[in-house]
Amino acid sequence: MSVILILIITSIVVAIVFLTAFLWAVKSGQYDDTYAPSVRVLFDDENKKEANDDK
Amino acid sequence: MAALEVKTKATCYHCGDECLETSIKIEDKSFCCNGCKTVYEILSESDLCQYYALEDSPGVNQKKESNSFFDFLDNPEIAEKLLEFSDDKQEKVTFLIPNIHCSSCIWLLEHLERLEPAVITSKTNFSNHKLTVDYRKADLSLRELAELLDRIGYTPVINLEEESAKVEKSFDKQLLIKMGIAGFCFGNVMLLSFPDYLGISSLEQSYQQFFRWLNVLLSVPVVFYSGSEYFTSAFKSLKQRFANIDVPIALGISVLFIRSVYEVAFDIGPGYFDSLVGLVFFLLIGKWFQNRTYQALSFDRDYKSYFPLAVLTKREDKYISEAVRKVKKGDEILIRNGELIPTDAILIDKRAFVDYSFVTGESEPIEKHKGEYVYAGGRLTGKKAQFVVQKPVSQSYLTELWNDEAFQKEDNHIKLVDRVSQYFTVAIILISLVAATFWQLTDPTKTWLVFCSVLIIACPCALALSTPFTTGSILRVLGRNKLYLKNANVIEKLQKINTIVFDKTGTITNANQQNLQFEGDQLSDEEAQLVLAAVSSSTHPLSRLVKTFLPNIGEHVYHLETFEEHVGLGIKAIVSGIEVKLGSAKYLEINMGDTHRDDSSYVFLKIGDSYRGRFVIQNVYRKSLRNVIDKLKGQFRLSILSGDHDSEQKNLEHIFPSGTEMRFNQKPGDKLNVIKGYQNAGGHVMMLGDGLNDAGALKQSDVGIAVSEDVSTFSPACDAIMQADSFDKLNEMITLSKKGKCIVVASFILSLLYNGVGLTFAVSGWLTPLVAAILMPLSSISVVAFTTMAVRFFSLKLKL
Repeated sequence: MSVILILIITSIVVAIVFLTAFLWAVKSGQYDDTYAPSVRVLFDDENKKEANDDK
Repeated sequence: MAALEVKTKATCYHCGDECLETSIKIEDKSFCCNGCKTVYEILSESDLCQYYALEDSPGVNQKKESNSFFDFLDNPEIAEKLLEFSDDKQEKVTFLIPNIHCSSCIWLLEHLERLEPAVITSKTNFSNHKLTVDYRKADLSLRELAELLDRIGYTPVINLEEESAKVEKSFDKQLLIKMGIAGFCFGNVMLLSFPDYLGISSLEQSYQQFFRWLNVLLSVPVVFYSGSEYFTSAFKSLKQRFANIDVPIALGISVLFIRSVYEVAFDIGPGYFDSLVGLVFFLLIGKWFQNRTYQALSFDRDYKSYFPLAVLTKREDKYISEAVRKVKKGDEILIRNGELIPTDAILIDKRAFVDYSFVTGESEPIEKHKGEYVYAGGRLTGKKAQFVVQKPVSQSYLTELWNDEAFQKEDNHIKLVDRVSQYFTVAIILISLVAATFWQLTDPTKTWLVFCSVLIIACPCALALSTPFTTGSILRVLGRNKLYLKNANVIEKLQKINTIVFDKTGTITNANQQNLQFEGDQLSDEEAQLVLAAVSSSTHPLSRLVKTFLPNIGEHVYHLETFEEHVGLGIKAIVSGIEVKLGSAKYLEINMGDTHRDDSSYVFLKIGDSYRGRFVIQNVYRKSLRNVIDKLKGQFRLSILSGDHDSEQKNLEHIFPSGTEMRFNQKPGDKLNVIKGYQNAGGHVMMLGDGLNDAGALKQSDVGIAVSEDVSTFSPACDAIMQADSFDKLNEMITLSKKGKCIVVASFILSLLYNGVGLTFAVSGWLTPLVAAILMPLSSISVVAFTTMAVRFFSLKLKL
């Protein structure tokens, strides 16, 4: 089999992998909310301070 | 008497509103009201002040008295419906919280476990304003969770009928998936088509077949999955003997596909696969562009959404929370201040004040006495009261009113593009037949080629794209200006409007009555408490306004000893031995000279024997009202429909052009009938309203716009929701929608030009796959570019 056929088949397979990834992302709800994650990632995970500064 | 200038520079640390009083302070932070201060205190106790660090004044104003009762959540039946998951240890629930509006909200709501250790995780969905919380059942009940959220200003809105939203969401996902697949296939088909277009040398002939069959394979999911909707829609419309735009599309797709497969199978040519797949891909993009919905807004709420889910009902000498549906005739119910009376009932207690503004628009509460019949939909103000239920909820006055025929209004509007497509379809079929006959007579070998070519090239892809992209762009521009349309069809209806009807209260007046000021020496805390005690017993709208204005500090306890209300004059109360009088200047026997302004109402205050000052309440028409009306009056017939009494008629006559019809004391049914009357007289009516009392009229009118101070709160069923402060752009927004029609027509002409060029190729038998592959995307892209740029141009011109 000619190498070009292998290459084309490989490229389509790779493309299908990405398509599947996209479909999975849609189905798992990653496009439901496009704002909150962008903010969430910036929140500091500081540890809970002890409640010693009572105001 | 020098009017005391209240410091207006200070803004609330919590919500960012102007602080009208300077007394509410914690350290250097000032607050506009006690509600905001309380939230701050709760948050600072739990070390959650980063909330304020993320964004300036992220909070939600707490001035409005919240009267949320969540005890119905203790009712297992209701709780069960709300809970998404529940086992022995933990429960999971999703609340709709309209107040979510910034990154601070997300931060706070996702750190709920600091406020309440029983919360395990909480996650917000920003775009549909939902919060999902997992919590330990043993330490926290659903009710406590709701109350906690209410306390920090994120009052959950609980409604059991949210099913329709889910359907829409899955539709959105499906469209994305279809687009993804079409896009994937489009890219690959293009790649595989290129060798054919560029010419394959005879040495590589074996590849040609491979490429072509691969194309067939790739186009199958596009035609049968991504494009399936066009077939079903075309089929449906043909069944009704009507050719909508999907008919020529479906025809084009099927001819393209069949012809291409035929060419490949018999080794005639490469087929038109890239045109075919590209066409479907572009069409889906158009659909997606147009279908952007405002997930957080709801356009279809009916009266049920306003109703309480449960009501305190007497069962064996105790009041327990019972689902509203289960309340039967003869049950005794207890309604608290601010709660809605869910069904027709008879008052048992001595007296009660019921505010029917919800149903009639009349803002003054009505006094009801023992034994009187009370209709559903009234909101109890003041002391709680007991009632005996007369009818089950499903048969109450309000329910029947809203089951009126107008609420089943059918949408039989035919879109412009569908009307054009009728002629288009017929014309295309005629042209293809004529061309085929011609070639049959001159060169029979070309007959089928030409016949197919005409159907392929005339495929109205540009025609089908122009509307979605124009309306989609307009929707975006309007959305940016805070007018949220229910869907793209509303734009076409907007274009026909010739009559505009305004509701008064809350629509052309400002519902956030914040322009109340006190003129005089500032009241001390004690004095404020005295006045507060006095006005608390009064149900007059002005008293209630004064009440919201005064800080409720609660340090001094005063007893209201006597209380008299003199209709049209004022009130006189003795609070802990001190006489407090509020009312008109005449009632208080004060001579003020001539300092009255026409646009204001005054409440004068006397404590003991000394005059203390006056509350100035400015008439609260929207600032831009006059401006907007001036712009509108030449173009539209204007009208006012108010549920209120006619005391404002004079003021309105100054603003509205002479001859404006003004109707007052209109009940919801009357409003609806007035709109119907206009429509029968050939009017296309746009109605702007706010409350549920306008719901019928909003629904009946061609375009019903709900005007809301806060678009995320409840609004009645409507075609569009408008943020109140963008009211001043009303004229520009209507103009833009009207321009939309010109843009669509212009792009129709553009696409017909392309079709003309394409058809010449097709009829003369010169349409090769290469020509089709160039011409079709070119026409789509140019139409898309033209429409979006045109909308942009007009919106810039209109300063939107």
